[in-house]
Amino acid sequence: MPIIIYNSLLAYVINMEEIMKIAIPVDDGNVCVSFGRTPYFMLYDTDNNESRFINNSAANSQGGAGIKAAQIIVDNNADVLITPRCGQNAAEVLIAANVKIYKALNNSIEENLTEFKNDKLSILTEIHAGFHGDRGR
Amino acid sequence: MKQLLILSGKGGTGKTTVAGAFIKLSNVKAYADCDIDAPNLHLIMEQESKPEHSDYYGLDKAVIDNDKCVECNLCYESCRFDAINKDDGYTVEIYDCEGCGVCEAICPSSAISMVPYKAGDMTLYREPKVFSTAELKMGSGNSGLLVTEVKKNMKLTSDADFAIIDGSPGIGCPVIASISGVNMVLIVAEPSLSGISDMKRIIETANKFNTKLAVCVNKYDTNIENNEKIKQFCQNNKIDFVGQIPFDKKAVEAVNNGLTIVDIDCAAGKAVREVYKETIKILSN
Amino acid sequence: MVTGEDKMKIAVLSGKGGTGKTFISVNLTFVAGNSNYIDCDVEEPNGHLYFKPKILKKEKIYEKIPQVDKERCNGCRKCVEFCKFNALAYIKDNVFVFEDICHSCGGCSLICPEKAILEKDKEIGEVQEGVFKDSKIYTGILNTGEETGVSIIKKLLTNANNKSYTFIDCPPGSSCSVMESIKDADYCILVAEPTLFGVHNFNMVYNLVKLFDKPFGAVLNKCLDGENPAEEFCNEKKIKILCKIPFEHELGKVNSNAEIASVKNEKYHNLFSSLLKTIQEEAGK
Repeated sequence: MPIIIYNSLLAYVINMEEIMKIAIPVDDGNVCVSFGRTPYFMLYDTDNNESRFINNSAANSQGGAGIKAAQIIVDNNADVLITPRCGQNAAEVLIAANVKIYKALNNSIEENLTEFKNDKLSILTEIHAGFHGDRGR
Repeated sequence: MKQLLILSGKGGTGKTTVAGAFIKLSNVKAYADCDIDAPNLHLIMEQESKPEHSDYYGLDKAVIDNDKCVECNLCYESCRFDAINKDDGYTVEIYDCEGCGVCEAICPSSAISMVPYKAGDMTLYREPKVFSTAELKMGSGNSGLLVTEVKKNMKLTSDADFAIIDGSPGIGCPVIASISGVNMVLIVAEPSLSGISDMKRIIETANKFNTKLAVCVNKYDTNIENNEKIKQFCQNNKIDFVGQIPFDKKAVEAVNNGLTIVDIDCAAGKAVREVYKETIKILSN
Repeated sequence: MVTGEDKMKIAVLSGKGGTGKTFISVNLTFVAGNSNYIDCDVEEPNGHLYFKPKILKKEKIYEKIPQVDKERCNGCRKCVEFCKFNALAYIKDNVFVFEDICHSCGGCSLICPEKAILEKDKEIGEVQEGVFKDSKIYTGILNTGEETGVSIIKKLLTNANNKSYTFIDCPPGSSCSVMESIKDADYCILVAEPTLFGVHNFNMVYNLVKLFDKPFGAVLNKCLDGENPAEEFCNEKKIKILCKIPFEHELGKVNSNAEIASVKNEKYHNLFSSLLKTIQEEAGK
């Protein structure tokens, strides 16, 4: 037990040394429930503590919104994504691009960032089946 | 906002009948009909206010400008969906067009463009309760997005802390879109072999989402043996079985008069009250 | 028009599941004898549960999926930008293809300036041909997670032997799968339940068959005493009612055990023989 804790503390120390871009889906000042169809992403830079917002052009896609949103995250060089949920297809894109996906604690952007810095957030493990762009029904 | 979604797997099990009853019993301030292929909830939920309508646009579809068309036949050859008709000049069969854009890309004379195509109608009632619904035009695909829009409309318009959603049959895209973000799914099953088979598949789908899950059986007395099979299945798989509703001709009467089964005195109404109590217990835990 | 002597393709559709279209198409096949039964509800095929046919052959059905040649790919991302379905992503110098989302339009392959995208076959389902007495039973099965069964339906309809009668059991709704199923039909049977919900859904398929200019008639199923909104609708729109099947507990039980009612009870055999005759007369007009 103590060894594991020590290891994760070590990991914590290492993490904080790295400069990171953290992406969070946001809607109306809060963390958005949906990843693929969130209206915006916030990109937070741990280097200078600055954040900027980018439009999620995937929001109105018929299908494959998660994939397109993930592509946007990857193209903006995010290292980490904090989100309440994530679909299978989006997760595939993010994992292939080495973006770490963390589960959002609640809908407060501030709290999630704080908790992430304190290494309190856990990796998102429940990846749900995608909403496949459907033609038949 | 806590959300309860009512699904069925198989069509015709009585999902909307149960949803209507639940809405009346709970006096919920917000509800939605996500069965966009064939929305029915509005037929038993009387509305007081005027609805707001909006258009829902799906993927753009192709249209050919015959003035520019040189009849090279390239679009016909490249369309994988048999959507180009050349009986009388080149035209696009709108119901077959998938909006892929291949014909637009391949046309040497820029005669083809992708134009917005209205794929459905959204309706929103605000007073005294928020009711969001929509209907997909026939031949349309891509219904998951519209389901998401219906739910979004409901959530944006209401600050209620509890909402009930009437879902769609099947296990496909619109169902998955409706499950996303809800706290609990109640499955209304029917005691037939196809009903059981569909119930198992919707359970498998819902399980992927980590929501609370419960099953009830409607028209249970049409096949007691199959009803027992369902109960056994739930027990074996540790799924909450929240009750059974008998087949009741009075239920049909209620529906045909635009009422829910708890608006009249009937056996189905009595039974659904018990199902409701059990469901809410699980949701509140 | 067709007479009893000619070959007749009859599609059975219903708007929603649960109204009895499989029940009706299966029983019509049985009483007609020496017919084809085609189950076009490839997402949830149920007809085979009744016939338990002896399978003669199975054939896999494929869709084309893009395959990127990494050597040729120069990372221009034109394919990713072109795909209207967002089925492609570009990550770490590789193009990823999401087969579940891909609509097999062939666009990416066409648009690639380096000709780096080829196509490979992906299995999406299968068609089975079986026998039940002197009738041929065709079942289409879509693999779970697959997009659409339209290509399977096309194959089923092409494969079917030339017999006097072909009964097409359609999927519910009015989507492109349903449209594909009725394309070659000579006559359409619309099945309705005696509820307000039934009428609402019936209206959808009524509009569909009118759009496709198909001769049609209605079968009212599960009829109870009292008002029948579906009957009122048919009378109002002057739709020919071919038959009214009463709701009977026994029938419900037999059906829920996937037994063919016309086999079990002469009463139903007579009912369906009579229905078949009526259809012949109507279609002959």
